[in-house]
Amino acid sequence: MDVSGLFSYVVSLAIMGGIYAIFALGLNVQWGYTGLFNIGIAGFFAIGAYTSALITTPLPEGVYATYVQQLVGLDLPFPVGVLGAVVVSGIVGLIVGLPTLRLREDYLAIATIGIAEAIRLIFNNESWLANGPRGLAGLPQPLRAWVEPQHYNYLYLIIVLLTVAVVYWAIERGIRSPWGRVLRAIREDEVAAAMHGKDVFAFKLQALVLGSAIMGLGGALYAHYVGAISPDAFTPLFGTFLVWVMLMLGGSGNNKGAILGAFLVWGIWTGSTFVTDQALPPFFAARAPYVRFLLIGLILEAIILLRPQGIIGEERRVSKLLEE
Amino acid sequence: MTELIVYGVVLGSIIALGAIGLTLLYGILRFAHFAHGDLMTLGAYVVLLLNVQLLPGLGIPEFKLGSLSFGGRMLGALVISMGVTAAVALLIDRLLYRPLRARHSSPIIFAMASLGMAFIIRSLIYIIWGPQFWFYAQDLRPAWELPLEVRLRPDQVFILVLVLVLVVLLYVFLQRTKLGKAMRATADNPQLAWVCGIDTSRVIAWTWILGAALAAAAGVLYGVDAQLRPDMGWSFLLPLFAAVVLGGIGSPLGALVGGLILGVVQQVSTAFLLPTYKPAVAFLVLILLLFIRPRGLFGSA
Repeated sequence: MDVSGLFSYVVSLAIMGGIYAIFALGLNVQWGYTGLFNIGIAGFFAIGAYTSALITTPLPEGVYATYVQQLVGLDLPFPVGVLGAVVVSGIVGLIVGLPTLRLREDYLAIATIGIAEAIRLIFNNESWLANGPRGLAGLPQPLRAWVEPQHYNYLYLIIVLLTVAVVYWAIERGIRSPWGRVLRAIREDEVAAAMHGKDVFAFKLQALVLGSAIMGLGGALYAHYVGAISPDAFTPLFGTFLVWVMLMLGGSGNNKGAILGAFLVWGIWTGSTFVTDQALPPFFAARAPYVRFLLIGLILEAIILLRPQGIIGEERRVSKLLEE
Repeated sequence: MTELIVYGVVLGSIIALGAIGLTLLYGILRFAHFAHGDLMTLGAYVVLLLNVQLLPGLGIPEFKLGSLSFGGRMLGALVISMGVTAAVALLIDRLLYRPLRARHSSPIIFAMASLGMAFIIRSLIYIIWGPQFWFYAQDLRPAWELPLEVRLRPDQVFILVLVLVLVVLLYVFLQRTKLGKAMRATADNPQLAWVCGIDTSRVIAWTWILGAALAAAAGVLYGVDAQLRPDMGWSFLLPLFAAVVLGGIGSPLGALVGGLILGVVQQVSTAFLLPTYKPAVAFLVLILLLFIRPRGLFGSA
């Protein structure tokens, strides 16, 4: 691989790392700060990606109409698609949260697995909605005309990194406010928070919806980066499990940790293809993706057992008004 | 329709076996064990390894049993698989959950660890057996024509009988033996049980043994009824949890009834929906239940 090839490889790595950083930040709002166990990230990922795709693509015409079916095709600009993705994912979060957040904490986990599976099944089977297993292609990319096609990824990287920065800044502001301190209080001791007059259910619901909306944003950015989406991309492993390992490795309850973990785990995940493709004996090389699944699973167990706080760990200081 | 209900009972009895183990674990270890479906898968593949891939090569013949698609060697492999899966569960408990118990981790951390274990078990199965489907027996077996236009294969009757036997054995164990009573006491109130001199670590070990062995049997029976896929256990996860919540967490009898209901509902839904929607149907049942009666149909806790 020559230098420019390596460089564009690093850029594509950074784009996906940035997109996963957005998922990890959304999960950090839910799990890191509020203690909500969402294991259906893949569902919000898919909702964000498909919503933006349906908003920004035109309805297929002519010969394409026989191959591609979709419920709507609004042909609106990229920002509208992203906004739609955020709103719809937030609404799905609301629907999941309403019946479960008053109940035992693990019911939310089961419900989120369920919604993620249901969403994937619907997109896979209902061809009229978004073309079934073949998915949607030709998603527009923002500001495409501004640069040469071969340099477009640099521009997209800037868009992704700016989005990460905005999301990071917004969560940091929120978490250092009285609102954020209530979330942490709920995570630490729900009963105590309720006794101080906080509406625990309402705060949990806000955290769940906010996190889900952020995940939808990540899903939209993913869709417009790869340009073609199908239900295969939103499996529990890619959509959910990787994000969990990212947040746990970086440090839950720490937004810098979430971003660090996202880039690190995505680097390990893609970097390990070199090892599995070249170093393994032929029998295992054919099953290389699964060797990497195994590796990611082992990393999660190692973090839980050996360093539950992650690499960075949580920052205990929650207000600029407090002394260190 | 009658046929769908009968098939639903067959599917439901498989779900029930998994759900009973899951609810015991839930009641005694107090966390949602997300690797339970993948223990089912493991059990099914151990039988594949023994009965299809290893034993025929060693010249051990199959003793055909009546009209069933399998025979005595398969039953032997089933028993070994239940033992192997139980041993694997004990090993995982030793390496993963016991250190977490010593640290008094929250139930959610246990649940997360079990989710990781689910992915580890599944990826090992992918690595060893690949992503393709496997079958225990290739030959087609004629079905019996029963009244009300029900066609039932002898294998399906075997599934129902074996589940019944296992459930009765479990019932006697929980009601009549000292260990079974200790398990029920621990599920009721762990601290009180501990203060009363019940050896909780022994109870936990036996809960894993029972839960994993039942899960293995459920996985094998699904393999007998349908086929083996690495993600078969994952697709059982939602019906398993729905059955457990339906029956009330910690109640084996509730899980049995919940499993049967889920099986029938899932099977009957195929009259209106694509069969691939079965997990989504289980999810829908669960969500409706959480709205109406979150403690389960029989639960009080």
